[in-house]
Amino acid sequence: MTVTDDRPSAVLGTRLLRREDPALLTGEAKYTNDLDLPGALHLAVLRSPYAHARIVSVDLSAAQASPGVVAVYSGADLAGEWASPMPSAWAVTADMKNPAHYPLASSKVCYVGDGVACVLATSDVAARDALELIDVRYEPLPAVVDLEDALSDRVVIHDELSTNSSYTWDLKIEGTEGQVEQAFADAAFTVKERYVQQRLIPMAMEPRAVAAVPQPFGGDMVLYSATQIPHILKVMTALTLGIPEHQMRVIAPSVGGGFGSKLDVYAEELLCVALARKHRVPVRWNEERGEGTVATTHGRGQIQHVELAADADGKLTAVRIRLLADMGGYQQLITAGIPILGAFLYAGVYDLPQAYDFSCTGVYTTLTPTDAYRGAGRPEATYAIERAMDALADQMGIDPMDLRKRNFIRKEQFPYTAFTGLVYDSGDHLAAAEMAAEMADYDGTRARQKAQNVPGAKKLLGIGQASYFEMCGLAPSRVLASLNYSAGGWEAATVRILPTNKVQVVTGTAPHGQGHETAWSMIVADKLGIAPGDVDVLHSDTALAPLGLDTYGSRSLPVGGVAIAIACDKVIDKAKKIAAHQLEANEDDLDFTGGAFTVKGSPDRTMPLAAIAFEAFTAHNLPDGLEPNLEAQVTYDPPNFSWPFGTHICTVEVDTETGQVDVLQYVAVDDCGVQVNPLIVEGQVHGGVIQGLAQALYEEAAYDTDGNLKNASLAEYLVPAASDVPPITLGHTVTPSPTNQLGVKGIGEAGTIGAAPAVINAVVDALSGLGVTDVPMPASPHNVWKAIQAATNNSQGASK
Amino acid sequence: MIPAAFDYVRAGSAAEAISLIGQHGDEAKFLAGGHSLLPLMKLRLAAPSVLVDIGRVSDLSYIKDAGDHIAIGALTRHMDVETSAVLQEHVPLLAHAAGHVGDPQVRHRGTIGGSIAHADPASDLPATTLALGATYIAQGPNGTREIAAADFYQGFLESALAADEMLTEIRVPKMQGAGWSFQKFNRRAQDWAIVGVAAWRRNGDSGVALVNMGSTPILATSVSGALAQGASVSDAAQLAAEEAEPQSDLNASPEYRVHLAKVLVRRALEAASA
Repeated sequence: MTVTDDRPSAVLGTRLLRREDPALLTGEAKYTNDLDLPGALHLAVLRSPYAHARIVSVDLSAAQASPGVVAVYSGADLAGEWASPMPSAWAVTADMKNPAHYPLASSKVCYVGDGVACVLATSDVAARDALELIDVRYEPLPAVVDLEDALSDRVVIHDELSTNSSYTWDLKIEGTEGQVEQAFADAAFTVKERYVQQRLIPMAMEPRAVAAVPQPFGGDMVLYSATQIPHILKVMTALTLGIPEHQMRVIAPSVGGGFGSKLDVYAEELLCVALARKHRVPVRWNEERGEGTVATTHGRGQIQHVELAADADGKLTAVRIRLLADMGGYQQLITAGIPILGAFLYAGVYDLPQAYDFSCTGVYTTLTPTDAYRGAGRPEATYAIERAMDALADQMGIDPMDLRKRNFIRKEQFPYTAFTGLVYDSGDHLAAAEMAAEMADYDGTRARQKAQNVPGAKKLLGIGQASYFEMCGLAPSRVLASLNYSAGGWEAATVRILPTNKVQVVTGTAPHGQGHETAWSMIVADKLGIAPGDVDVLHSDTALAPLGLDTYGSRSLPVGGVAIAIACDKVIDKAKKIAAHQLEANEDDLDFTGGAFTVKGSPDRTMPLAAIAFEAFTAHNLPDGLEPNLEAQVTYDPPNFSWPFGTHICTVEVDTETGQVDVLQYVAVDDCGVQVNPLIVEGQVHGGVIQGLAQALYEEAAYDTDGNLKNASLAEYLVPAASDVPPITLGHTVTPSPTNQLGVKGIGEAGTIGAAPAVINAVVDALSGLGVTDVPMPASPHNVWKAIQAATNNSQGASK
Repeated sequence: MIPAAFDYVRAGSAAEAISLIGQHGDEAKFLAGGHSLLPLMKLRLAAPSVLVDIGRVSDLSYIKDAGDHIAIGALTRHMDVETSAVLQEHVPLLAHAAGHVGDPQVRHRGTIGGSIAHADPASDLPATTLALGATYIAQGPNGTREIAAADFYQGFLESALAADEMLTEIRVPKMQGAGWSFQKFNRRAQDWAIVGVAAWRRNGDSGVALVNMGSTPILATSVSGALAQGASVSDAAQLAAEEAEPQSDLNASPEYRVHLAKVLVRRALEAASA
């Protein structure tokens, strides 16, 4: 398929203000914790203070006597509630080791924050006060904090597995045996790097919140949750609790961000439903911020060993990757698969022959479980290849931009079948890189750098680049099958024209800040020739929108939005039959423009959609055999991923005395194909860049050797604030996706993917004259200072 | 993030506040702007049984020219210190430093007296008033007394105030045209300093105090002593941490803090000497 006309139309591509915002900005929007639920009991969870310990005994008696307390349960008390352990949907290998994990631990705790008991009380305060009266005796065991220590099996966390290694997943290219080794043997240049992707805490602005409400008759249960995945949650809750699926309804009210951390099935969701079922009253839980830092999944957590081989011109000839992935104490919903989502991208945007060797081992540690976090595997992959490309350029003594240009997949090679068999549908990396270089005044900055970075200079200028390809729009179901993922990647949409020509769209996407209501209304308005304001978007309630696979992986527009466009086409096809019938014309002779059907060559023989909608409703005069009403339902399984790309360039100045990094300029050129609403695109890129910059400069879940999180609050875990954000200049190239009729690609994760390597490349570039070759993330002043000290000491040692 | 239960009483005047704190004993605490105490209570690191709210004692919010010094009421908000024309003219270092406390919301609620009485070594204003040689006025059941800033800070979050005393006024000598600088080194604009330096210099005289370089704000007397004896700025700055006992935390090792103190003191003195 190709883009068939000259979109954007009058609506598509405009900067329409988000219809979601007035309610969000005025506080009118209702989040889960805002729901008024008379008679609800409040749940509080007692969490382990130990990273690793056996539970010797749990004494609930004092808590049971506490004012306002209705019930107190240990893990053992609730063992009968579960039809199965907590779900893990991604067994990446057939022999993956995955211990049974229940909402409350009963014999052993495996991270600080692991739930051991819970209280139901008439108020949140009463419930939390009673937690302090529960007496749990633990037998502490050694914590396993370090990934390589975990791999050694010095301390085995899950006795029944007899190892901390859960799986090793290899990407083997058939028929290429020996090519990688040969390429490294023949290489003119090789680099071998080790990078650490520190653990990050997602810190969605709205903490998690849950309310389970049993319905008066028949055993139905409504679960409200601050979740990204109401549909998946419905299935998983039904299975885990043994509730017939048709009796479970999940509603995600306004959700204040997720970044992947709400793409999960959590203990508190299952506990609320189980206890609401048991006590036959609504049960609610609201996460405290400090609690969320340990009880909500973390992101990243990898050690990456990266090797590149190149010929004398710097052309890549082989890539070898060995990953260690920190899964935490247990697997959550898709923990094991996160690094695998990046497995195909370690050659980045470069034209690599088949010599690719990837292997990832997932290991358990006694830390909070990891799972999806904005980009999920792809930022890690992009970081590794883009940092390694700079290392290669440094070794060759050429400009990193030049090295990239020698290796880019060229525009005329698209669609490009990669060594993995994946087809990159479109791209123009050179154009994006040149646009970014122009915007960042790359050559001018290099000249200024030469003048400024003289021996003894206290402020050093650095410029860094990252070019990325993102594999998103998850996902073609057959590809997911090949990865052993236990669901598909389709999305559902219904478009329904009401008798008065207002439109209802039902989508299976689950927005939590993205602006789907605005964007989907624009797609429909464009298709049907009506005003966006006449389109209502229904979502995030499994009773209203029974089919869907929710929102993550930059999938909502290229999968869910495209499904809506196809449903519009089907509605138009049906309306055309009615118009042809009433205008006494042949369907082929009708044009549909501006919301009306007109007989070609006879502008007076016309019928607006509004009239057809009413005719379809009355059904007084429809063609024989045609059902009344205008409605179409579509389930769209994308034939390919979506492949946004771009180049980010960051300019920094580093204070060599203090280690402080000052970002002078950040340029992001992103290509997400056709833009439905540039305002929303810019918001996504801004937010994404800031989140990537946060990984590069600010954030890290810091643990002590006993497995205690040392920065479990927003005072200590440094999420950058508005005043810390540098100027960000955006540019876009537009390469429409040939995979879908809208020509769109996802943009939710791109900023995060580009930012971390661009920033760190810039910092290392600034310090390269001092002999610094790497700086760990976050490049805090202290870390930068230590890197400078180490390099300076090395060079002094060498000169002696 | 829910504090333990506590009782709350509001005082209409300083005398009433002191009387109330006397009635409730050791377990009572003054509540001014609340920006130091309430976070500790929410984390249950502090659990006073009674809060005596002095936030509406309006006669303690003032900035007055008192001849050789400026008198600042303890309940004066940071924002008022920052924007005071009197302070900008006569004690510009203090006005400037007040503009670096937290973020605008904090500066509209937090008070100079609350910050000083809390005696947090990582706060900006205790060190700044220490560098300036301020005198604090404490009022108790038996009247008022003066406490020199240099005698006030006795340990981590510990001051010379008795349990039934209330800080009512801060007297800061006029700077008489001294050069000055406030160096705040942090990772995010809103954060406490990793290391901070408040410094002024006039002829042979100087005052240098360090933020977050020990369990109390630190007066860098070795630096001032060296300068008085004619040492160069860079030589004097090498003595920056002589009086300090820096701690390790997530942002810095003691070694890095000492290094930062030397760099920042040098920069502060260079700016103050310019």
